Amino acid sequence: MWQPLLLIILISPVQAQAAPKAAQSTCIRCHTDLGNPFDAPVKASAQDIHFQNGLSCNSCHGGDPTRDKPEEAMNPAKGFVRQPARKQVVTLCASCHSNPDYMRKYNPQARVDQYSEYLTSVHGKKLQTGDPNVAICIDCHGHHGILAAKNPNSSVYAPNVAATCGRCHSDPQRMKSYGIPTDQQELYTKSVHGEALMKNRDLAAPTCNSCHGNHGATPPGVDSVANVCGQCHVMQWDLFNQSPHRKAFEDRQLKGCVTCHQNHEVVQPSDAMLGAEDSATCPICHEKGSAGYAAAQEMKSAIVGLQGRLNSSSQLLEGAQRAGMEVSRPIYQLAEGRDRLVLARVQIHRFNPAMLKKTIMEGDSIAGASEQSGMQALADLAYRRKGLAVSAVILLCMIGLLLLKIRRLKSS
Amino acid sequence: MMARLLKWGDWLEERLGWRAAQELIEHKEVPVHRHTIWYYFGGMTLFLFAIQVCTGIMLLLYYRPSAETAFESVQFIMTEVQFGWLIRSIHSWAANLMIGAAFVHMFSALFLRSFRRPRELTWVTGAFLLFLSLCFGFSGYLLPWNKLAFFATKVGTDIAGVVPLVGPFMLRFLRGGDEVTGATLTRFFGFHVAILPAIATVFLSVHLYLVQKHGMSSPPFVDPDKAPKMKFIPDFLMRDLVGWLAAVTVLAVLAAIFPWELGEKADPFAPAPAGIKPEWYFVYMFQTLKYIPSKIFGMDGEILGIMSFGLLGLLLVITPFISSEPRRGRRGLLPIVGILVLVYIIVLSALAYRT
Repeated sequence: MWQPLLLIILISPVQAQAAPKAAQSTCIRCHTDLGNPFDAPVKASAQDIHFQNGLSCNSCHGGDPTRDKPEEAMNPAKGFVRQPARKQVVTLCASCHSNPDYMRKYNPQARVDQYSEYLTSVHGKKLQTGDPNVAICIDCHGHHGILAAKNPNSSVYAPNVAATCGRCHSDPQRMKSYGIPTDQQELYTKSVHGEALMKNRDLAAPTCNSCHGNHGATPPGVDSVANVCGQCHVMQWDLFNQSPHRKAFEDRQLKGCVTCHQNHEVVQPSDAMLGAEDSATCPICHEKGSAGYAAAQEMKSAIVGLQGRLNSSSQLLEGAQRAGMEVSRPIYQLAEGRDRLVLARVQIHRFNPAMLKKTIMEGDSIAGASEQSGMQALADLAYRRKGLAVSAVILLCMIGLLLLKIRRLKSS
Repeated sequence: MMARLLKWGDWLEERLGWRAAQELIEHKEVPVHRHTIWYYFGGMTLFLFAIQVCTGIMLLLYYRPSAETAFESVQFIMTEVQFGWLIRSIHSWAANLMIGAAFVHMFSALFLRSFRRPRELTWVTGAFLLFLSLCFGFSGYLLPWNKLAFFATKVGTDIAGVVPLVGPFMLRFLRGGDEVTGATLTRFFGFHVAILPAIATVFLSVHLYLVQKHGMSSPPFVDPDKAPKMKFIPDFLMRDLVGWLAAVTVLAVLAAIFPWELGEKADPFAPAPAGIKPEWYFVYMFQTLKYIPSKIFGMDGEILGIMSFGLLGLLLVITPFISSEPRRGRRGLLPIVGILVLVYIIVLSALAYRT
């Protein structure tokens, strides 16, 4: 337990050293003069968040950059470390990032629990047992040229996270010894979450760390999957907890939400998932003739029925609108009916047809009223057309009579 | 019955002397030639204006001029009020037909040189009436407080705001503040139903008085003494009536088959819808401003465009005073300029609607 703290204390002098101005730094001067590939860290440092905040090479590597001679600047006696060991890197980063007093200077709201979280992660635990292949800070954040997480070019910017994790987790060679699948990134990219985040750039959509944690990355256990999904899908989670499925799933060691929705490949939910058809998930557990099977059929029929009635009302109103009738109010009311359909689809997670019935009836009532308005609008339209025909005949007759009168006046 | 009417007529004659007007109308004559048809467009514009007044008064019974209630009140007129949809659609369609008829009337008077001495002031008052019709159109367009009208007014008042010297004042005066808000709507309502009608009544009265005083103008190629004539009453009026009934038929067809849309309620925080355009009679100006380069000879292109349209309006008003009589057998410069302006308006409008 004290080992990490000891490491922090050992390395902390490095952090305490004042960073010299870049122009005075021997490291920068020499590495620039040496050219490719030695100037790569210098080039990368231009956009590095640490450099931008006044830190420099010696903040991590130690040494004395105020000395002109390389052997003096890179003197191990002055704490110079050419390349910190992987295990050492974590504590080196933590020496600043776990120090609230130090971090407060840069960002009073900055988290300082990354290191302690990391130690609880699968990565952290394996590192402690001497596995050098697991991810450490620099594997995700980079080393020279580290960008803030909110920078769209950062490897830990939300839409880039899946690719960053995938660098290791999609590598079969690297994952071979751990015995875990390597298709997570591919599945996630195809999922509704991946599409929302990476294709539609919806930053509210989850990525790997949203469910697994980032610094404390761990696969959610059987009992915690629903909790993880429930962070965003609150209503579904709440209803599921009240449903008979909660206990049934626990008894059968089924992983909550992912049992029906998958984990990495969460597809766009549709009504096809409900009911007794081959595309539905219900018959996987509920046999034909069972109460669960009947309930699934009943809920599916209620949902599909409401959707059909809403669609037919919508088509009727759109037809009236195309004909120039003012039906914006019933169209607006129909949106409330669609809200009921969305609510009903959420309430399915209670798996109680009786509860669903109330919402379906409300939606039906709105769809019925909208349909009535649409039919009334079409009836009004027909009435207008008839009125137009009658008045046009009268007006044309009057024009004809006037023309006759004009002709008679001419001849007389 | 007839005796009683004559008795009432005598009673009124003693007090108003109205038989003098009757006498005047009975003797009024209209020249007959191959361009007589253009005379009907003045009466047509007046008839459509009368429809505007009548339907406008009916709409006033239900319309509520505030940002919170305007859209809903028009929606109420369209859906709940008996024949409200018809009144509103006729009001909107007749406004467009009236401006169309006014343009035809103006161009026909221009090409037939009807502004010649002593009818210069008839032309000037007519030109002002055309501008007033455009102002009626601009102010009325915002009143339903829908999305398109909101952004079209925003763009329109923005254009007024770039006029040198008076622009910023005009912008604030029109909007009732820096932005298009409920204050703009209330202000436009005031313009539309009180200020513009009051000014229009004065100009229309003078215009009609002058038409009555000087009679219908004969084109330069027609000898007024030798040309045949028809009585205003009943010959010309009956033909006018045919045109008016035809206009009512067209309005009924338009109102029943293409009722004027209400659209979505204006939302000042919503983004401007794509491809917003002003009413068709402003489109050629709007399109011109889109094509004008940002700088012309170091001057702001938009300002130069707006100033050019202002100058064109001024030239239109003073046409009778700057136009010289063409030499015998020649048509003169005016028809060429008129045709060029007409072609310009049609081409620019077509380009705007094509895109």
